[in-house]
Amino acid sequence: MTRTRLFRSRSSEEKEEEEEEQRQHYSKHNITSSTGMRVIVPLQGVVQGRGGLFLGSVIPCALFYFFQLYLKRHRSQPNPPPPQPPPENSEGQLAEVSVSALPRSLSRVHLSPRSPGGPAYVSGRANSIVKGGDLPHDVGLRKALEDPYHQSGNPDGVIQLGLAENKLSLDLVGEWLAKSAIYVEELSIGGIASYQPFDGLMELKVAVAGFMSQVMKKSVFFNPSQIILTAGATPAIEMLSFCLADTGNAFLVPTPYYPCFDRDVKWRTGVEIIPVPCRSADNFSLSITALDRAFKQAKKRGTKVRGIIISNPSNPVGGLLDRETLYSLLDFAREKNIHIVSNELFAGSTHGNEEFVSMAEIIDLEDLDRNRVHIVYGLSKDLSLPGFRVGIIYSFNDNVLAAAKKLTRFSSISALSQRLLVFMLSDSNFIQQFIEINRERLRRMYIKFVAGLKQLGIECIKSHGGFYCWADMRGYIPSYSEKGELELWDKLLNIAKVNVTPGSCCHCIEPGWFRFCFTTLTEKDIPVVMDRIRKITETCKSHS
Amino acid sequence: MAIEIEQPSVGLSKVAVSDTHGEDSPYFAGWKAYDENPYDELNNPSGVIQMGLAENQVSFDLLEAFLETHSEASSWGKGAPGFRENALFQDYHGLLSFRKAMASFMEQIRGGRAKFDPERVVLTAGATAANELLTFILADPGDALLVPTPYYPGFDRDLRWRTGVKIVPIHCDSSNNFQITPQALEAAYSEAEAMNIKVRGVLITNPSNPLGVTIQRSVLEEIFDFVTRKNIHLVSDEIYSGSVFSSSEFISIAEILEARQYKNSERVHIVYSLSKDLGLPGFRVGTIYSYNDKVVTTARRMSSFTLISSQTQYLLASMLSNKEFTENYIKTNRERLRKRYNMIIEGLRSAGIECLKGNAGLFCWMNLSPLLEKPTREGELTLWNSMLHEVKLNISPGSSCHCSEPGWFRVCFANMSEQTLEVALKRIHTFMEKRERVRNLISSQ
Repeated sequence: MTRTRLFRSRSSEEKEEEEEEQRQHYSKHNITSSTGMRVIVPLQGVVQGRGGLFLGSVIPCALFYFFQLYLKRHRSQPNPPPPQPPPENSEGQLAEVSVSALPRSLSRVHLSPRSPGGPAYVSGRANSIVKGGDLPHDVGLRKALEDPYHQSGNPDGVIQLGLAENKLSLDLVGEWLAKSAIYVEELSIGGIASYQPFDGLMELKVAVAGFMSQVMKKSVFFNPSQIILTAGATPAIEMLSFCLADTGNAFLVPTPYYPCFDRDVKWRTGVEIIPVPCRSADNFSLSITALDRAFKQAKKRGTKVRGIIISNPSNPVGGLLDRETLYSLLDFAREKNIHIVSNELFAGSTHGNEEFVSMAEIIDLEDLDRNRVHIVYGLSKDLSLPGFRVGIIYSFNDNVLAAAKKLTRFSSISALSQRLLVFMLSDSNFIQQFIEINRERLRRMYIKFVAGLKQLGIECIKSHGGFYCWADMRGYIPSYSEKGELELWDKLLNIAKVNVTPGSCCHCIEPGWFRFCFTTLTEKDIPVVMDRIRKITETCKSHS
Repeated sequence: MAIEIEQPSVGLSKVAVSDTHGEDSPYFAGWKAYDENPYDELNNPSGVIQMGLAENQVSFDLLEAFLETHSEASSWGKGAPGFRENALFQDYHGLLSFRKAMASFMEQIRGGRAKFDPERVVLTAGATAANELLTFILADPGDALLVPTPYYPGFDRDLRWRTGVKIVPIHCDSSNNFQITPQALEAAYSEAEAMNIKVRGVLITNPSNPLGVTIQRSVLEEIFDFVTRKNIHLVSDEIYSGSVFSSSEFISIAEILEARQYKNSERVHIVYSLSKDLGLPGFRVGTIYSYNDKVVTTARRMSSFTLISSQTQYLLASMLSNKEFTENYIKTNRERLRKRYNMIIEGLRSAGIECLKGNAGLFCWMNLSPLLEKPTREGELTLWNSMLHEVKLNISPGSSCHCSEPGWFRVCFANMSEQTLEVALKRIHTFMEKRERVRNLISSQ
């Protein structure tokens, strides 16, 4: 296997560095809200609207059915099934962890001084969040929630294009659930009430391994004993951050990136993210040169880089990493002796013609490099499963698996949901059908949406997977700056009543790019969306 | 040919390699022994009986009965208010109906003596997550929480591991039945100060694990006055509040606050869970109830890392908002636990073993100090080993709970059938008789 390095042509390095310095964290934009506490952060698997009522009745019914059946079977046993404690290694005593050397890198704002009569101290972590104000992300979501668009019921409401929910194939899940009652008898359900292994039931790991393989078109075999299950990809990412880096260390993350990485990777861990800018000139594709430069700069500053976090398919751009790039990444990681975290959450939501290649496929089984590769996955996007909270860490590193397994006690999946999922994932006909139909619907919607934007004169980067379009609206921002971008965002939200995600939330180095999620719409909604956007674009053509 | 250079293996974090997960202690080693040789009435009657796991299986049938009579309830129909607003909505606020149900359930457990506002209920995947989350919010790495000993072994991990926060023990001993005294509180605080460690709060478990006793009103008042004086937080872990044998004996910190018209209450936070009282640890349901707005806001956002599946919330919302069911459940569960407790106390007493007088929980605090060869931790562990490998009972040694006096053990009684409990008691009897015979033999020579 030949592994070649890719060298991108360098262009205006100085400008880039300058821009990087300008790129402050988005929290500097203190957009205050009037409604205090009710701020909502996007979560995977959130579903509202059409599918909700139906699924809202069927899923709980199915669950009741399951629980009943379980209880019936349970009653016939003489003793309750033995509880499963977390079995761990034998020898050794409790060791004191030395925390005195931990640098305090958590608080970005002044902590309120403790005064005898004043309120009790709250940690830097808590303060930084509460004082940070409301980010565009949160404001937009809140408005969309308070005033949601509905075709007939609320035609002037806010259209939600900022939240990665896939409603396109909810009906398929609903149908399956309605039919599933018939097959319940064949299933043996045991012990969902009592303590289960915190890192997930083995049956679910097996089912998930099979699903991951199916979703990636059987190009990889996933070993269930290398799987850790946890309550969503959010804790999965955080857990890896805890395991692979110490407070004050850093991960290199290509920009633009998923806005919530800042929370997942940095918040409680004290680990930093060093953004590695990708540029529109390269279609925002990853450059090893940029990674290398970022690594060297970090070293000069005395910051230890522990790994790279890539998303493939990427969010927000929707690009896929090809084999060559993956090999180059591995070369790079090997050379620097760091980890690679590959976030493959949208692997099953590819809709283009390009092939998705998992990092797992690249790893040669005999190679020592296995120890540095960790994959994050989940069922919220690809299986369109609302609210189940299923995240996966797939690692080739036994020590990481052992540590992560212990950490799952803080974020375990409800045994009730696990049982239902085992059942669903084992229905391979349904799963196969679902994956295919879902892909097809994604593709259709993507094509229509992009075409709609194109008619308005808005181009998107060609995306091959995920729920988003990464749109070039540089022609419509009043000034080529973050401020200008946010002004356009504001107009889109408050005048056009369309909630989209501004590129600055994703740490995009170039202002004027916006992320549109198209999977919450029906085809009928598209003209409505385009009309509304047109209202803004017609009045906003920049005068440059 | 080039000489191969060995790559140093890629490193992991301190968190990943530290022992602070605490799973190498005897507390967990006993479970391993149980795992390898679990007791089964029919198939393995000489296996290890698990008495180290605080799980409640005595009221399972009540849950079963509820679901049998309510599975087709119209509350799931399209007309119901419950899910129309938020069907399957996975928001870190959690389902309103579920929060309401939790708040009302918590009120019922306290006999209506305290009110709970659903807007202050933050949901987490288990009390383990709730305790860790609160620690992240109330303290910075290097700070400390004061925790009365003996305490739940899991705290060493839950409060310290990822947070980097320390635990400074508040020493309690048998001279006053392990109650927390103002002197002990002050001593712990001074100890921390002397080590230059900032104390951020006190964490109490009420009813106590492993003691199985509720904290008295006067002691709660003293603790609350103490934290107010020091301007620090108070976390009250009340996960066993529904497992008190007599309803009148449990006083929640919420009642203290209400009596004081909520003055200074913004420093108080209650942790609750359905794992013990409702016997549903597999569902991963915990809550933080905080009287501090900032803490509620932050905890909500932080709960993104530990959300409860919406399906589980739905199921439990229906169950817990059914007042008839919950009233009956709470009452019956209490009675059964009390009966179990009496059974084990009697059984132990007739074997010559005394326990701390308990009134709550899924376990009793057993005094085996007369049996120790040496009144030391090693002596205790030797005895613990005999209990595990000879008597084949997995019980938890007091040293895992940081008890300052050797010889105490926590014995769980609610995670098994009555028959199994009898078998366990018989084994203890036999063990004690044998020791008595050996002692008599020695003393007669």
